[in-house]
Amino acid sequence: MSLTAADVKKIAHLARLNMSDTDVEVYSKQLSSILEFVEQMNKADTTGIEPLAHSIEIAAPMRDDQVSETNQRAAFQAIAPQVEAGLYLVPKVIEGE
Amino acid sequence: MEWETVIGLEIHAQLLTKSKIFSGASTAFGAEPNTQACAVDLGFPGILPVLNKEVVHMAIKFGLGVGAEIAAKSVFARKNYFYPDLPKGYQISQYELPIVGKGHLDVQLEDGTMKRINITRAHLEEDAGKSLHEDFHGLSGIDLNRAGTPLLEIVSEPDMRSAKEAVAYLKSIHSLVRYLEICDGNMQEGSFRCDANVSVRRKGDSKYGTRTELKNINSFRYVEKAINYEIERQIALIESGGKVTQETRLFDPAKNETRPMRSKEEANDYRYFPDPDLLPVAVTEEMIKTIRDELPELPHQKRQRFMEQYGLSAYDADVLVSSRALAAYFETVVEESGASAKLATNWIMGDLSAALNKENLEITESPVTTAQLAKLLQRIEDDTISGKIAKTVFEALWNKEGDVDHIIEKHGLKQVTDSSAIEKLVEKIIADNPEQVTDYRSGKDKLFGYFVGQAMKASGGKINPQQLNELLKKKLSA
Repeated sequence: MSLTAADVKKIAHLARLNMSDTDVEVYSKQLSSILEFVEQMNKADTTGIEPLAHSIEIAAPMRDDQVSETNQRAAFQAIAPQVEAGLYLVPKVIEGE
Repeated sequence: MEWETVIGLEIHAQLLTKSKIFSGASTAFGAEPNTQACAVDLGFPGILPVLNKEVVHMAIKFGLGVGAEIAAKSVFARKNYFYPDLPKGYQISQYELPIVGKGHLDVQLEDGTMKRINITRAHLEEDAGKSLHEDFHGLSGIDLNRAGTPLLEIVSEPDMRSAKEAVAYLKSIHSLVRYLEICDGNMQEGSFRCDANVSVRRKGDSKYGTRTELKNINSFRYVEKAINYEIERQIALIESGGKVTQETRLFDPAKNETRPMRSKEEANDYRYFPDPDLLPVAVTEEMIKTIRDELPELPHQKRQRFMEQYGLSAYDADVLVSSRALAAYFETVVEESGASAKLATNWIMGDLSAALNKENLEITESPVTTAQLAKLLQRIEDDTISGKIAKTVFEALWNKEGDVDHIIEKHGLKQVTDSSAIEKLVEKIIADNPEQVTDYRSGKDKLFGYFVGQAMKASGGKINPQQLNELLKKKLSA
């Protein structure tokens, strides 16, 4: 399976990544080669084998319902680009842009 | 042309946990922005989610409450989309293998009949943060306190055929999650929200019409209004030769209309895949059994019992079991007073509910205690006061004037049951109204009510009505 330039542009758009046409060409090749590598697995016969949800076959450990985190807003916001009134400020996202 | 409406609901119930689904941050409502958003909720590099056990228990509780299959193994998946209030770039949800499978809920409709609404699935997921679009110098403000709050998304089959049915189903789920104590059901604060998928088709068609998804409906009244508006819009559109577009629409309560949301481009391309950070969730038979043993009596079971044990109508039973606290209030009053269930029902659903509604109070906040109402009912049944006077006593109870006997004593409300006193009054009224007496005796039966009114007025409503009726009849026909 190989990815076309249009596929890559679409994925980049979904992830809101700005990509030049030269980059698109590079990534098309690199992503395609990853997919081709993984595709080898399709050759294995998996009839009658239950799909694996995770490579480690144990169940999820669970924690008790306790509040263990304290307020660290000041520390987190010290490294944020812009904050105001306790809020993180980000460029406006207008739907359907 | 006859049209049929097809409605399915997606309900998001915020689970009543202390901490978030994958982090130890608090879920308390109303905190200062971002004070309850930890590194996991903020999506910092290197963070790992750890599942909250209580969230799994609550989902199982719900599943058992709707007779659903509980998956022995369920899997968390990443739902990928870009939005600033979703810092990781994906929402952790469940996709192919949800924790709760097919179930159903029997819902009582307005006419008293029952309808079974099938539930497709219910899955666990995390909530996103909140974007505030007020002007921050052309920027948006993000509050991530809500990010990571556990949600149970309950998806119904498209089984509802009118807005009223959809509301009845929504109310039943609302009541169920509160009985199970897994969600506080607060629609204003957004802890119980609903999206409606609505389509119309010509009656008899087997294929569904194109549906629209209605969002932003945060009260039972709005659900009904939004759906009804949408039904009319779709029918008018098709009848004028148009076509319904599959889209998401927002309900605007101020204008009472729905309008299309500006569509996020390729919004449905979520590229779900199993979250490699989370292992499959295993639910054992033993866990299910423990939870099943701890389940409270559920609304539909209680409704059935109230009808059998107290002889209540389906409607009365339905209203009383709508909240666990209301049902408990009713049962306590009946038990403490020894009064008839019908009398207790009438008072709770009548005067008490009206007073609570007027002041926007919950039953748990009622100024009139169960013991006080029970005493009031006893005083009605033992003829100390009439039903009419009881309303005056109730008002005094509401205004915290003290206990029932004290109020009756203080205001001199005790019913007159002394026959000689009543007889005297009746004789006076007959003497004072010779014209009416003549008319009555010549066949104007309706005037009887006039005499009763006069007697009640003269006594301040304190005469025992049965005794008065008997004596009046006797004296007037003499």
